[in-house]
Amino acid sequence: MTEKELAIKSINYRKNILKYIYAAKAGHTGGSLSCLDILNVLYNHVLRVSPQDFTSPNRDRYIQSKGHTVEALYVVLADKGFFPESDLETLCKYKSHYIGHPTRKVHGVEQNTGALGHGLPLSVGTALAGKMDDRDYRVFTLLGDGELPEGSNWEAALTAAHYKLDNLCAIIDHNKLQISGRTSEVCNTDPIDAKFESFGWVVKHVDGHDIKALMEVFDSLPFEKDKPSLVIAHTIKGKGVSYMEDVLKWHHGVPSADEYGRAVKELDDALAVAYIE
Amino acid sequence: MIAEAENKTQTDKANLEVFAQTLEELAAADKDIIVVTSDSRGSGKLGPYGQKYPKQIVEIGIAEQNLVGVAAGLASAGKKVFAVSPACFLTARALEQIKNDIAYSDNPVKAIGISAGVSYGALGSTHHSLHDFAVLRAVNNIIIAAPADNYETAEAIKLAAKTNHPIYLRFGKKVMPALPADGTPFEFGKGRIIKDGADVALIGTGETVYPALKAAEILEKEHGISALVVSMHTIKPLDYDLLADITRRCKAIVTIEEHSVNGGLGEACASFLLQHKAYMPFKILGIPDEYTITGSQTEIFAHYGLTEKGIAKEAIALLK
Repeated sequence: MTEKELAIKSINYRKNILKYIYAAKAGHTGGSLSCLDILNVLYNHVLRVSPQDFTSPNRDRYIQSKGHTVEALYVVLADKGFFPESDLETLCKYKSHYIGHPTRKVHGVEQNTGALGHGLPLSVGTALAGKMDDRDYRVFTLLGDGELPEGSNWEAALTAAHYKLDNLCAIIDHNKLQISGRTSEVCNTDPIDAKFESFGWVVKHVDGHDIKALMEVFDSLPFEKDKPSLVIAHTIKGKGVSYMEDVLKWHHGVPSADEYGRAVKELDDALAVAYIE
Repeated sequence: MIAEAENKTQTDKANLEVFAQTLEELAAADKDIIVVTSDSRGSGKLGPYGQKYPKQIVEIGIAEQNLVGVAAGLASAGKKVFAVSPACFLTARALEQIKNDIAYSDNPVKAIGISAGVSYGALGSTHHSLHDFAVLRAVNNIIIAAPADNYETAEAIKLAAKTNHPIYLRFGKKVMPALPADGTPFEFGKGRIIKDGADVALIGTGETVYPALKAAEILEKEHGISALVVSMHTIKPLDYDLLADITRRCKAIVTIEEHSVNGGLGEACASFLLQHKAYMPFKILGIPDEYTITGSQTEIFAHYGLTEKGIAKEAIALLK
């Protein structure tokens, strides 16, 4: 898929995220919009996985540690054909499998996540099994910057380096906001790169909304033989909707009818531009 | 000085030792058997296993949350994983990982709590696991079991390796004499009648079954009381059929466990009995709601009446 096609997909995905969050009157809007381009590039350019081969032991794995931005994952999985998009009309509704965090009841979801600090240990175990069996699958996990203070991340970061897991790629959706405020003010984790490097990882920074840059960074995996890779994706919470960008209340804010209309208009305008470019 | 349990033979071992040896046998035939440890291969008697099968053991270091998460990841990729760590740390520090990464995500890890209960004795309450049954009983989708003797231990491990389901097993360090075999195969969720009886049922689990059996001997020889003894190795799913049968066969029930009296075997039995209108004299023996007195496991058992004499005394009182 070309960079242009992916850019158009991203806008449509954003429209869908807002559509289903607006309908459900619930969702993690800001974070879903910040990690969306990463998921788009992963599922449409990087991951060797499809609805048909989801049970294959050789498939690439994606484990979403920041489970709360599940709306982005649902929208991308639906587009990839894991389930009919109309299923998302049941998002957060009584008895729906499409709850506010990923579960394996939804086709395409690898692990039940939502409690933070779980994705990396699960990914380390999965990557380790791949090494044991000489399989060439890769394991990707997406972390939020706000979950980095969870100690289990650092325990797993040690293990990943200890076992030389170059089939593991962690991505940090570094939007620099969490529910209470700036991540640097809630619990400063900077410098993230130096910390992971000192743990034995190879770290690359990328603009998490630059499709081409994301494609290139993932194309260069593994960054170094025998070392786990970390991508620090610099993102903007609420990306794509002007009044949501970098505004705290959209962590799990749900747009009003008027706000929703404005957001759709902005995205439609962006779509028109994207087609012309 | 408190007497150790009698009737040990030269071949009796600690259940923990049998666990490690059984795993060795299984690993020889199945390269997917993987042990994950948190610097606990020594206390888990897994030294020889690690030497024989270096590719089938993953050392995590002292990091129990990561131990369980990594174990779940390995299991999701098809490995038959035994995550081995002291029960006290495994089921408290890593409880969220057991709940979410093993049980909720349905990754069929076998979580093995070693040196369980008060096995660590005088090392104190940080090292005791008197909460594990209680917390895990409230977690959906995990089997909880405490094998009583070497036979049950070996069978439980062999069965666990074949069972594609989350399981928590706990083992102690004490040498356990063989219990009389009733010939029925070991099965999770099916208690074993160790001795038949008609007056009082003594229902133990793990290392309390043996003193319960000794108590039954005292009751019969010295008091003419006929006691039925059960190894209720599986706490969840509890063997409701056997419990219902016991209510028809006996007049009173004593449960005995190396666990807090809150939330363990006793309360699980009481819950079933009350809700099925089985109103009968009933006593829960275990560790009371306090931080335990200092002592060895044997001394702690004696202090809280988890001995043959203590159990017999409670049974007599219950029948009066």
